[in-house]
Parts: sequence; structure tokens; C-alpha cells
Amino acid sequence: MSPADTLRFATRAALGYPLRTALMVLAMSIGVAAVVMLTALGDGARRYVVDEFSALGANLLIVLPGRTETGGVNPGSFVSSTPRDLTNDDAAALLRLPLVLRVAPLAVGNSEISVGGRLREVMVVGTSADYLDIRGFGVASGQFLPREDFGRASAVAVIGETIRAELFGNQNAIGRMIRLGDHRLRVIGTMGPAGRGLGMNSDELVLVPVATAQAMFNTNALFRIMVETRGREALAPAQRQLEALLKARRDGEFDFTVITQDAVLGTFDRILGALTLGVAGIAAISLAVAGILVMNVMLVAVTQRTGEIGLLKALGASGRAIRLAFLTEAGLLSLAGALAGFALGHAGAWAIRLAFPALPAWPPDWAVAAAVGTALGTGLLFGVMPARRAAALDPVQALMKR
Amino acid sequence: MAQIELDGINRIFQLGDSQVHALRDVSLRIEAGEYVAVMGPSGSGKSTLLNLLGLLDRPNAGHYRLEGRDVTTLSADEQAAVRSARIGFVFQSFHLVPRLTAAENVALPLMLAGIPPQERTSRVTQALKDFGLEPRAHHRPEELSGGQRQRVAIARATIMRPALLLADEPTGNLDRATGQEVTALLEDLNAAGMTLIVVTHDPSMGERARRRVLMEDGAIQHDLRRDAAPS
Ligand SMILES: Nc1ncnc2c1ncn2[C@@H]1O[C@H](COP(=O)(O)OP(=O)(O)O)[C@@H](O)[C@H]1O
Ligand SMILES: [Mg+2]
Repeated sequence: MSPADTLRFATRAALGYPLRTALMVLAMSIGVAAVVMLTALGDGARRYVVDEFSALGANLLIVLPGRTETGGVNPGSFVSSTPRDLTNDDAAALLRLPLVLRVAPLAVGNSEISVGGRLREVMVVGTSADYLDIRGFGVASGQFLPREDFGRASAVAVIGETIRAELFGNQNAIGRMIRLGDHRLRVIGTMGPAGRGLGMNSDELVLVPVATAQAMFNTNALFRIMVETRGREALAPAQRQLEALLKARRDGEFDFTVITQDAVLGTFDRILGALTLGVAGIAAISLAVAGILVMNVMLVAVTQRTGEIGLLKALGASGRAIRLAFLTEAGLLSLAGALAGFALGHAGAWAIRLAFPALPAWPPDWAVAAAVGTALGTGLLFGVMPARRAAALDPVQALMKR
Repeated sequence: MAQIELDGINRIFQLGDSQVHALRDVSLRIEAGEYVAVMGPSGSGKSTLLNLLGLLDRPNAGHYRLEGRDVTTLSADEQAAVRSARIGFVFQSFHLVPRLTAAENVALPLMLAGIPPQERTSRVTQALKDFGLEPRAHHRPEELSGGQRQRVAIARATIMRPALLLADEPTGNLDRATGQEVTALLEDLNAAGMTLIVVTHDPSMGERARRRVLMEDGAIQHDLRRDAAPS
């Protein structure tokens, strides 16, 4: 029996029992669709987070106060339980490092902004002129924060697009005075629309000089310091220089943490990647269940067609030909199920994207390949036993059964 | 050398604790081109004998030589190859594949033997024409009468031009007139040179055969020959 004939014969057999075939295709497609959809969800979440952090820029070092221990406990962690603050002087010192291009100290807090009776809650970010370039933001009108000593508390502010629209509407905002908490500040610029990342939307921010923010919140401490190095290759040496400098400035104590975009991204990438894999694994169990269903359905098919198998043997079919015919049938049903599930899964992922536009819920290629591959694999694997049983049937017994 | 040589064939079925001796020391010689009717009461071992002759079953003891070759020792797949090339079967219940058309049913042995599609089509067309089934070629078995179904089955059994045609009560499910048509068809094939072995209950059909093997309780009781065929 030629392969083409085997294929045609198996196709006719599958189509000859539409209910059975439809049932099996359905079971298989649900399994495949589950894998495709759940991995789309998991990978969508991963991509969402990665995109969020990618907005940071690649040459960035972020210095946080306090030590997050990753390498076990060292004696120092018992000595200093409360870490020293990061200060504007630290930031200024970092700017003097040769491999450092830009430094933006950050002091962050919430306050009330009011203009002519209009009042709203805003997030205030105290920073420096370099922040604009570090974050890749753009100024829509006016200018950004002036380049000045980090210690100078100039009474100026740059406001986000949403704030501007709410407080000033169609009027020109540049040069106008606003009240931010107890401080009166002059608006010198407005931010261009959009600019996202790290959960901060520049549209809703009020940016002021770092010392102004510190005065407003009555602190000398910095929330963090963002440092941009001279190129990507400089990242590692700059980190070493930075750590050495800061350590020297705090009596040799390493009570601060330096993170890089790569490290953060890598961690999230791993966590969410593992999550996606786990979800895919769980979904794959439904494929195994479908595989068992394939086996049972094929066993029923063998029983149903016992007479036919006996006849084929009487007509001179070899055991191999019969085995192949039934295996091909199982393979065809699995393939149909896999393709239907593939379509179903993509439709599901599309529905997820429609419901949650922020989530890039595209199934990863590996998951699609794995799902379709597993479906075919299980179908064939679980088809082997029924096919063997068919081939091993005693022709006389088989012919007697009708 | 006879076409079929059976020597001391025994077939014993195990049914729980009891044994059924379906064939006892059966020895039989059949020449190429013979027309043999196997007769006898129900349960006398006729079908068992035919299944052995058709290599669908193996004896517990004894030897079967087909065209000079000992076929009892062949592997299952070697036996399948012999069935494919040398033996045609016709069954009481037709055994047509319900989802396939008449033409496709007839083409089955050719397909199983790996004969290319073009040659298949021409041979099937010719066979359907020979058996008067041309207008029914694309009908499924359920759309055919009993006689037509058995003609499709005979066309299928002979499409590989076997040397040996085995029929187990081929007219058992047919009315008298249709049964006679089918018998005539089988006899035509025999007249063309095919060895024909028919199991039948029908005495009138048995009468027509040149040789009658009468079985009882798994053994051959009488082996009657008639010199001249009825004309
Ligand atoms: N597969 C089997 N298992 C057990 N007994 C069988 C089997 N096939 C046939 N027999 C027994 O062998 C005997 C001969 O059967 P069979 O050849 O079918 O008779 P016939 O065709 O002459 O009616 C019967 O007693 C039958 O019950
Ligand atoms: Mg019988």
C-alpha cells in the first residue's frame, strides 16, 4: 500500500465516522488552544513588564539607599541596620566620575497643586536637568529644569501634559505661578505627551529641582540616584567606580544598592518566563488527556471496524499496512485537532488583547510549535496501541464479528 | 503435483476447559481448475477447512502445500502476500466496506498490493463492466441489492486474478433466483480456469459441482466425483 493510498484510506475512514472524528478533534483542539492562549497570557505579561523597564535606557545605573542582600549574610549587615541616606552631595560626587555622563538625583513625594482655586493631588519629582535626557522625555513648551547645583532650591516647576490641561486649559502656562504645597513656584516648561516606564507617567508629574522637593518634604534624603554612563561598555567599570566612591564616602560601608536595567530585566524575564512555562505545562496536561481520549476513540474504532480489518487481511493486507492505516488515522485526527486548536488559541489570544489592550498577549512561537508538536506526538503515541491491536487481530475471528 | 495438498490436517479449538476438534486428520488433493462443493451439516468444519485453505487460519497439526510450497510454516506477512496474489474470498455476508463505493471496494485488493492508480482504474472499470455493475460503480453498498453486493464482492475477490477462489455459502443471504445468478457467475470464473471451492448448504448447488466433499464432525465422509460437467 503506497503512502498516498494509506493517507487517502485513513482520511476516508476518519470522515466515515463524523461524530467520533469531531469529538476527538474537539478534545485535541481544546488542549492545543489552552496551551496557545495561556502562553499568550503569560508571555504577554512578561513582555509588558519588559517593555515597561526597557523604557529606562540601556546605559543606566540606579542607586538605591540600603543594601538588598543577594549573596548571603555578611557581618556588616548586622552592624548597620539603618542605612545612611543618599544625598545630593553623593549625586554631585558621582557626576565627577570620568565614566559617568549624566546624573539625576530623585526625591519623590505627593503634594497638592493649586492654581486660581483649582486644586488637585499630584506626584512631585525633585530632580535635575539631566533627568530629561536620561528618561528620554521631551519638553513641549518652555524649558526643562535649569542646569544648576543640586543644592539650589530654585522656585520653578515643569508640569506634565495632563496637569497642564487640567489647570490651564487653553491658556499659556509658561511663566504662571502655581502653589505646590506651601511653595509658590513659576512654571517654566511643560512636558511632551506620553513617556512611560517604571509606573510613572510623565503626563501626571510635576518636576521641580531636587533641593526644592527636599525642602517641600522636609528631608535631605534621596529616593534614588539615576546615573547614565558613557556607553554600554562603560556600564560595568562605571558600576565598580561608583561603588568604590560611594563606599569611600560612607566610611567603607556598602549600605546602598546598585541595579542595572539588565539585572532587573533579567530577573523579571526569568520569573515570568518560568511562569509561562509552568502555565504551558499545566495546559499540556490537557493534551495528555486528549491523547488518552485519542487512544480510547481509536480502540473503539478498531472494535467498530473489526470486520473490516478481517476483510483487509483476507484481501492480503499485511499487518504493517493495517498498523500504518490506523496510525495515520490517529495522526490525521490529531493534526486536525492541532490546527483547529491553533486557530482557536489565536482567536482566544486576540480576544484577550481586545479585552486588555495594554497586554501584548501574543502566543510565543515556541509555545505554538510545542503545542502542535505535542498534539501530534500524543496522537501518534496513543495511536500506536490501537493500531497494533488492529494489526494483531485474528482474521477469522475478525471476519466472524459483524 | 496437485494445486492443493492437505495431509493429516487437525484443527482444535480450545473453549475454556473443553476442546472442539473442528478438523480431524483431513487429507485432500485438489487440482488446478477443479470445481469443488464442500457440504455437510452445520458445525461439521466446512468454514474451518475453507479458512485453512485461504491461509486465514493455521492447523494444529498436518501440512498444507499450495502449488508445491509448504505454506503452514510461512510468517503472517508471507501468508498475506500469498493471499493477495493467489487467493480470492467470497463471504456469505459480502463484507463490503460500507463507506466505500462499489468501485472503491473492488479496488481494495489492488490498492493493498500497491498497484498504481491508473492501472487500478482501468482494471476496476473492466471488472465492473464484466460483472454488469457499471451503472452502480459509484454507489455505496447500502444502495445496492443483495445480488449486486455479492457481485461486487466477487469482482473484488477476482480482481487480482487469483488461482484459487474460496466461497463460504455465497448464496446463503440471497433469494433463490439471485443465488442462481451468483452461482452461474462463479461457475463462469471456474470455466475460465480458476479453481473454485464453494461451501454450501444448498443441495442443488452442490449437484452442479463436479466434485463434492461431504464433511461430518470435522472429517471428510465422502469425496464424490462426477466425470462430466452438466451441460
Ligand atoms: N473460533 C472458534 N472457537 C471455538 N470453536 C470454534 C471456532 N470456530 C469454529 N468452532 C467450532 O468448530 C466446529 C466447526 O465449525 P465451522 O467450521 O464453522 O462449521 P461449519 O462451517 O461447517 O458450520 C464447530 O463446532 C464450531 O463451534
Ligand atoms: Mg460455516
